[in-house]
Amino acid sequence: MDKTHWLDEPRHVKLLWRLFLGILVLVVVIGALIPLHPHFDLESLFGFYAWFGFIACAVMILVAKGLALLIKRPDTYYRERND
Amino acid sequence: MTDEVFHPGLVLIVGALVLPSVRGALRTAAVLLLPLVALLLVWQTPEGAVQIRFLDYTLTPLHSDKLSRLFATIFALMAAGGGLFALGQKNRLELPAAFVYAGSAIGVALAGDLVTLFVFWELMAIGSTLVLWSAGSNKSYRASLRYLMIHLLGGMTLFAGITGHIAQTGSVDFTRMVLDSPAQWLILIGFLVNAGAPPLSAWLPDAYPEASWSGTVFLSAFTTKAAVYVLLRGFPGTELLIWVGLIMVFYGIIYALLENDMRRILAYSIVNQVGFMVAGIGIGTEMALNGAAAHAFTHIIYKALLLMSAGSVLYMTNRRKCSELGGLFHSMPVTTICGIIGALAISSFPLTSGFVSKSMISEAAADGHLLTVWLLLTAASAGVFLHAGIKFPWFVFFHRDSGLRPADPPPSMRWAMIFFAVLCIAIGIWVEPLYGLLPYAVKFEPYTWAHVVTQLQLLLFSGLAFFVLLPYLQRTLTITLDTDWVWRTVLPAMAALMKRAIGALQAISGHGAQRARSLALTLVDSHYGVDSNFARTWSTRGMALWVLVLLLGYLVLYYI
Repeated sequence: MDKTHWLDEPRHVKLLWRLFLGILVLVVVIGALIPLHPHFDLESLFGFYAWFGFIACAVMILVAKGLALLIKRPDTYYRERND
Repeated sequence: MTDEVFHPGLVLIVGALVLPSVRGALRTAAVLLLPLVALLLVWQTPEGAVQIRFLDYTLTPLHSDKLSRLFATIFALMAAGGGLFALGQKNRLELPAAFVYAGSAIGVALAGDLVTLFVFWELMAIGSTLVLWSAGSNKSYRASLRYLMIHLLGGMTLFAGITGHIAQTGSVDFTRMVLDSPAQWLILIGFLVNAGAPPLSAWLPDAYPEASWSGTVFLSAFTTKAAVYVLLRGFPGTELLIWVGLIMVFYGIIYALLENDMRRILAYSIVNQVGFMVAGIGIGTEMALNGAAAHAFTHIIYKALLLMSAGSVLYMTNRRKCSELGGLFHSMPVTTICGIIGALAISSFPLTSGFVSKSMISEAAADGHLLTVWLLLTAASAGVFLHAGIKFPWFVFFHRDSGLRPADPPPSMRWAMIFFAVLCIAIGIWVEPLYGLLPYAVKFEPYTWAHVVTQLQLLLFSGLAFFVLLPYLQRTLTITLDTDWVWRTVLPAMAALMKRAIGALQAISGHGAQRARSLALTLVDSHYGVDSNFARTWSTRGMALWVLVLLLGYLVLYYI
């Protein structure tokens, strides 16, 4: 059993975060430089896939949270009823 | 066409019947070889059809073309990988049941007529129910009954549709159908029930996660993908399917986001992924149909891989809730890496199998200038990364440290995961073999700069969204109500109510009936009792007189 993994150190997690943010910037910059052969006008907007992906995810999480208010139940819900 | 063709599906089904009687090395050999023999036979079956006469119909139990071969191939491959993974399964029913299930799925893929299709279709329902049943817990038993109920309902619908279709057309051939009468609608509904389409989709996340650590791996592969196959053959280009598919896609994402049980997350994501395929079938262009078929192929592999890694965690820790897991990467490196590869593949990361298959469906939507469909599919692709691509590995293997330090699972399970992980990457890199198997010629180049960069933008920013909004995704000990609420709560309550009503009715009518009976008895007693008119002794004279009266009456009537 290992004591502490490389990933357990906050220093390294911070490094990974910086790397991740760097890659995010990189893909947006590359996307702006290369021809994307868009099918739709929307696609030509700056960084379309980046912000569309982010917003789509945020909306889905919000919808899920909203739905949870109505139909979320304790995970013993059926057990209490059926058995 | 020679007559000496063995049906590949029957090899697995008959083999499954022998399997319980062998043990040890022989059993291991049988489990590993049977699917490979089936795979070989799939490829030995020449294109064309074997026909037999049955009753008044010409049946085609074995029909092979590119589409059926693609699905039969992946079903056999899945049986091989799943068999390897399940070698250590102690339950003696599960593997044979899984092989019957896999064999009948191959039978569906190779069925040239609706009668054969229906027989194998129902055999699949039986095989899968037994897989579920063999988990052995009370919970899985109840789940298997609910599962069977829905599938028998779907089977009845399909049977009614097939009967109507045969009566209308006089042909049993399974070919492309048009929705021009109730019969075809019933067939479509029967197919969609198995695909996990709304409103009955809840059967899938209800049942699959209740199987054993290895059972769910088998369950994830066959039923829904056989449904994709029959939709591909029977209803390509049916526009309704685009919308059904899109509903499935978002239903899967939203419910998976709220779910705590790791295998239920993956079960919802099956509905999500099948939604992409169904939408592709609805779009119906050659590119879209190729995409749907390819996606079914790659999906079976990476979904099995994901469920294998979840099954390994369950096997080693006996826990299935995300809220009780976390930090497992410390001691389960193989499971973690294989799980991540499966997660990247389902998210369609470049260099994985999902990328080369799913992008064809999106491309087809774009080519057809279906802006709304394309936007929704793109948003859903982002959502896949969110709910399956990151959520599953994050909460199970990373997140906070649960303190659990289970080792990687036994070798057979590890090798099965490695086998499928290698396939996920290999298909993503060398696309030609898969593209060569597809029903139509492929005019699509997945690895262009534009495709890769836009896909990376989409996925990486979804990843950013996940971590930014992580506080909203913390796991709680909850479930989310689904349509199975109707048949788990409302219908039983109605049944109980009806039972009470009938009981009450019986009590009332029982009381009345008793009174009526005693009244009748009194009446009978007064006429036929010991001292009643009919029972007492009459004099011979009187009797003779009455006979005379009767005979005279008869004589009079005769003359009138």
